[in-house]
Amino acid sequence: MTTGTILIALLALAVVGYFLGRGRAVASAGGDVRRLHSLPRFYGLNVALTTLIPALAVLAVGLLALPIWTDLRVGAAIGPSLAGGDAGRQSLLIAQADRLAEGLEGADANVAAIAALDDGALAGAFADAGIAVREGTDPSILRAALARVGTQETGSWMLVLLVGLAGVVGALVALRASGPAFRARNAVERAILGVLILASTIAIVTTAGIVLSMLFETINFLRAYPAADFFFGTVWNPRFSGDSQLGLLPLLWGTMYVSLVALIVAVPVGLLAAIYMSEYAGPRVRAVAKPLLEILAGIPTIVYGLFALVTVGPLLRDWFAQPLGLGNSASSVMTAGLVMGVMLIPFVSSLSDDVINAVPQSMRDGSLGLGATKSETIRQVVVPAALPGIVGSILLAASRAIGETMIVVLGAGAAAQMDLNPFEAMTTITVKIVSQLVGDNDFNSPETLVAFALGLTLFVMTLALNVLALWIVRRYREQYE
Amino acid sequence: MNDMRITERAVDLSETKISARNVQVFYGDTHAIKDVSVDIADKTVTAFIGPSGCGKSTFLRCINRMNDTIDTARVTGDILIDGEDIYDRRVDPVQLRAKVGMVFQKPNPFPKSIYDNVAYGPRIHGLARNKVELDEIVERSLRRGAIWDEVKDRLDAPGTGLSGGQQQRLCIARAVATEPEILLMDEPCSALDPIATAQVEELIDELRRNYSVVIVTHSMQQAARVSQKTAFFHLGHLVEYGETGQIFTTPRDPRTESYITGRIG
Repeated sequence: MTTGTILIALLALAVVGYFLGRGRAVASAGGDVRRLHSLPRFYGLNVALTTLIPALAVLAVGLLALPIWTDLRVGAAIGPSLAGGDAGRQSLLIAQADRLAEGLEGADANVAAIAALDDGALAGAFADAGIAVREGTDPSILRAALARVGTQETGSWMLVLLVGLAGVVGALVALRASGPAFRARNAVERAILGVLILASTIAIVTTAGIVLSMLFETINFLRAYPAADFFFGTVWNPRFSGDSQLGLLPLLWGTMYVSLVALIVAVPVGLLAAIYMSEYAGPRVRAVAKPLLEILAGIPTIVYGLFALVTVGPLLRDWFAQPLGLGNSASSVMTAGLVMGVMLIPFVSSLSDDVINAVPQSMRDGSLGLGATKSETIRQVVVPAALPGIVGSILLAASRAIGETMIVVLGAGAAAQMDLNPFEAMTTITVKIVSQLVGDNDFNSPETLVAFALGLTLFVMTLALNVLALWIVRRYREQYE
Repeated sequence: MNDMRITERAVDLSETKISARNVQVFYGDTHAIKDVSVDIADKTVTAFIGPSGCGKSTFLRCINRMNDTIDTARVTGDILIDGEDIYDRRVDPVQLRAKVGMVFQKPNPFPKSIYDNVAYGPRIHGLARNKVELDEIVERSLRRGAIWDEVKDRLDAPGTGLSGGQQQRLCIARAVATEPEILLMDEPCSALDPIATAQVEELIDELRRNYSVVIVTHSMQQAARVSQKTAFFHLGHLVEYGETGQIFTTPRDPRTESYITGRIG
């Protein structure tokens, strides 16, 4: 029975439980709904939830535990002696048993009957079922394959049984309680709280999981490659034959440089656009211009990348870089930075617009009432009051810029170098993460693992930006509220 | 603050400061002020009373052309300050507002220090030649706002950190700092507790020595306590205007009487 079927059956049970609980509550009150503590539907909901929640918990635990249990059984069937204590050989044997188990499942063989045979007859039985077994395969491998299939089968039946039991017991307990004195409404309230807590826990646990997985791979990388050379190396030259130089600094420099150019474009334009939209534009202009501006945010970054590659890059090279003698590369920090800046405009403007609108009208009235002009009011009262939010929007844009990949791949090139000339091709951390992980690589070499160290670096950078943003917002808030 | 004194209160007979003739205000299709004519005296506190939505705040905002900041508002008729039509095309509303200060219903200090709040107007209008002069203006204004003693040691603290009553007096000091001739107050005490209200009312009486003060209030007791002249607005009309004592003791119009005795409002 698949997980989907179990879920559907559980839901059906819950629906039945709902009507039973509702009916029982009404009946227990002698048909007079007013005698019940809660509305009848709360009794129904309580039964449905008490059916679902424990059963789902059992299901989740079972689905997590089943593969672990199966692996243990398979490992036990092979035994440590066959591999002679070699972990690599052991995993190869397990993989062989897994393939055979897949074959058994595919062939729909009678596993119990085969398992009852002697070791000597096993290979023949496998062949009869249509599964090719290599000559000289140890019978314990075949036993392991049988154990896997068998455990999975028993496991899933036990799971169905346990889940069903949990659901029925839950339903019965809740049904028994469904009387006039039972506070079903409060019970449902608690269940809702539980669901909300569960949702936020999932978000937090996921974040922690991402960070931890990055952290472990980074530790692996730093075992294989000296930390000082990674953090302070000025050359990035990975070679898959080994002996690579994996210095972070050129990538960090490229990331910072491109982001800086992008912010220099996006912040003034976005902020001034936001001020115009919120303070000057009439309702009709606003109704048209604001959605248009926000379309920019909806363009996929790869499209921006194409724009950088085909239009902006050659334009900059032909009209600026070559005439000024600053190089003749179409991919450059400037190209990627400018295009990324355009991409970030709506992030800055949309958020700033919201915070400027949130500044109370009484502030503006106070300033206008003192004989200040509109722009004086905006400069000296509205923008300072909205500053925490504006800083927040800028830092959000900054973390977008640091994490951006596609525009940089197509706009800035892939040459890792440290140069002050903005018309030179450079590259960023994100681009190198991609290029280290694409292709068929050994997942244990430092050349691949470095991607995780780069990812963690990126994460730490954006985290630092967010902390900074929070700190600034809090500091100004103390002063301004 | 004895309400019974009002009948004996002397009204300084002084010249007219603000003179409104046939003022009409429209918000879009709504006719908010209907043909109001009134003469407001200099160095006097004039109270506008009336039920909510009667147009008293709207009329107040005509006197410093704050209604210009509302797109749909339209004002007709004449308002003269010292004989000069403020709706004349040659008058710059921005300059006018420096001359006609305004204090709002809710204290609205800027998110700046106490000093910068008061120095805001003088800086914009270039009233001080140097830091020393600016310091003097700030101190003088805070003294006039009757808040100097409370804040003199923390001029760098944010104005938003003061209590409600202090904030409102700071806003009054801020309005006074641009050397206005008229001070408009739109329900300045409605967000304050009784003690802060008493302080602000005392201050309003002080301000009368230098300015022509126009105050909109919901509280008839407050109008009786602080004003020399009272105007009663109802449904956009100026129903009755006269000495405060007379309005509260012997109103001529039956609507005024109904309002001050609590039958309408």
